[in-house]
Amino acid sequence: MSLAQATKGDMPYQVRSLYRSLLRQGGQFAAYNFREYAKRRTRDAFREHKSEPEERRVQELVQKGLKELQILKRQTVISQFYQLDRLVVEGGKQGKQTGDRGDIVRQKDQGWD
Amino acid sequence: MSYIAPTVARQALRIASRRYPSSTFSRFSSRALAGQAHGRRSYVSETKPSKATVNVDTTIKAERKAFLDQTGESAHNATMPTTGLGADAMMSPTAGILKQASVMDQGSRPIYLDMQATTPMDPRVVDAMMPFMTGLYGNPHSRTHAYGWETDKGVEDAREHIANLIGADPKEIIFTSGATESNNMSIKGAARFFGRGGKKKHLITCQTEHKCVLDSCRHLQDEGFDITYLPVQSNGLVDMAQLEAAMRPDTILVSIMTVNNEIGVVQPVEEIGKLCRSKKIFFHTDAAQAVGKIPVDVNKWNVDLMSISGHKIYGPKGIGACYVRRRPRVRLDPIISGGGQERGLRSGTLAPPLIIGMGEAARICKEEMEYDSKRITALSNRLRDGLLSMEHTSLNGDRERHYPGCVNVSFAYVEGESLLMALKDIALSSGSACTSASLEPSYVLRALGSSDESAHSSIRFGIGRFTTDEEIDYVLKAVQERVSFLRELSPLWELVQEGVDLNTIEWSQH
Repeated sequence: MSLAQATKGDMPYQVRSLYRSLLRQGGQFAAYNFREYAKRRTRDAFREHKSEPEERRVQELVQKGLKELQILKRQTVISQFYQLDRLVVEGGKQGKQTGDRGDIVRQKDQGWD
Repeated sequence: MSYIAPTVARQALRIASRRYPSSTFSRFSSRALAGQAHGRRSYVSETKPSKATVNVDTTIKAERKAFLDQTGESAHNATMPTTGLGADAMMSPTAGILKQASVMDQGSRPIYLDMQATTPMDPRVVDAMMPFMTGLYGNPHSRTHAYGWETDKGVEDAREHIANLIGADPKEIIFTSGATESNNMSIKGAARFFGRGGKKKHLITCQTEHKCVLDSCRHLQDEGFDITYLPVQSNGLVDMAQLEAAMRPDTILVSIMTVNNEIGVVQPVEEIGKLCRSKKIFFHTDAAQAVGKIPVDVNKWNVDLMSISGHKIYGPKGIGACYVRRRPRVRLDPIISGGGQERGLRSGTLAPPLIIGMGEAARICKEEMEYDSKRITALSNRLRDGLLSMEHTSLNGDRERHYPGCVNVSFAYVEGESLLMALKDIALSSGSACTSASLEPSYVLRALGSSDESAHSSIRFGIGRFTTDEEIDYVLKAVQERVSFLRELSPLWELVQEGVDLNTIEWSQH
């Protein structure tokens, strides 16, 4: 979908689609901090320009977003190559097993050894 | 007959697949049915698809059941005496693996909260660096071919981004290997160049400076220069009256850092710059912790020399920059001589990937400064208020003139190093990374006039662009829990709770 073909009518659709793909792609980061940042930054940036009156400005922002999306696509792949252990804050906060049994509580108490 | 048997068999199969795990009953029943139907017993077992395939789950379950029948103990609780392996794993390797593969919900990697030591590289920075680490490998000083030109363009763009961030001209940026080299270059270079005449030989710095500034000054002292180490007030700020009093006619340079790396106070750089300019003294500031985090303007501040670091602004490590003013010109004696790159101040081939990474980092910092600082301030306030709501804690450094991303808190009656050990799940440090290996109390906190105990019990929390709300919540909870635990262990804490003033106790000598 090229922007040059975009008519005035389907701009909101394009913006929404870009927003969705940015969020989806940002969620692919293996590193927790980057993943959360991508989500947060995308959301805040779209909220900030929620009521942008100028058509031209909207187009500029969409172009910028598309560029960011390309960066995200490349960097999420790189991130997935070098997957590290997860952070202590990730996932459920109670440290229980997710399997069907749920009887193993975190064996290693963080920070006491 | 032949058309009845398949239907019966199919029926039996259906029952068998429902009855689970062992299909003994259904097999018998099917045989009984078959016997009834045909009045003949077959000694050859029928061919069934369920017999040809091995269902791992069913097998494991059957084996476990057999084990339980035999020993009265369920398999995953028993350990085999010889190997120490679980009975599950002994009996069926798959079962063992399955048990091991049970997914824990929580990782074990600590939270990173030491942004003053270094920051993670922003993915956008990595993305800008990638082409220059793979395809575009030219030497930026090569003027004769396209490989050189394209790299040179990238480097010059990066220079411009960095200059924009600090309000300078691109020609005034000199790339170095880091803020340490920039500090060395500025202090030693200026002192040696202007000390040649033999008339000027005095420098002024401050006690809370970074180690590399203090060490450069000590080196110059050996070469015969006079150094004044200004004391700081108890809030960490330099006293302007004292600074003015310390200035002499033969003073070459004043070096005061913008944001302190340990306590995060912001020095009154603008006033110092104005004072230095009025006395025709050069002013160097180590802004490694300030650039990209607070608004910096070299012309407004009247700064003549400024050190910048790449890895404190979400850029790569091993790169830094030095701002050297051109009008009025600051002349330096270069430490590294050679091919005359970078206006002859720092020879040696530039590192394009690192420089371009740093340039991109600077561009992002300028673009996102408002958003980042708003967010970091909110997180920092939450962390600070949460930590200070505990009893007997105090914030180090001035409250107002403070960079919010650095929160340095003293926890009385707790030993800082043991608290750091207890907080293994959070990456923190008690002071600067250079001195955190030694158990000495931080010289910065000692310079503020805090006691040995309080300097020992202080911890620095660094908040950055990628810190999340959940992490702050986790840290607050963990610190509260463990500080109270460590205090419970401490006999001093007991005395304090009883209302004994620790200073009045006469400890017996042995």
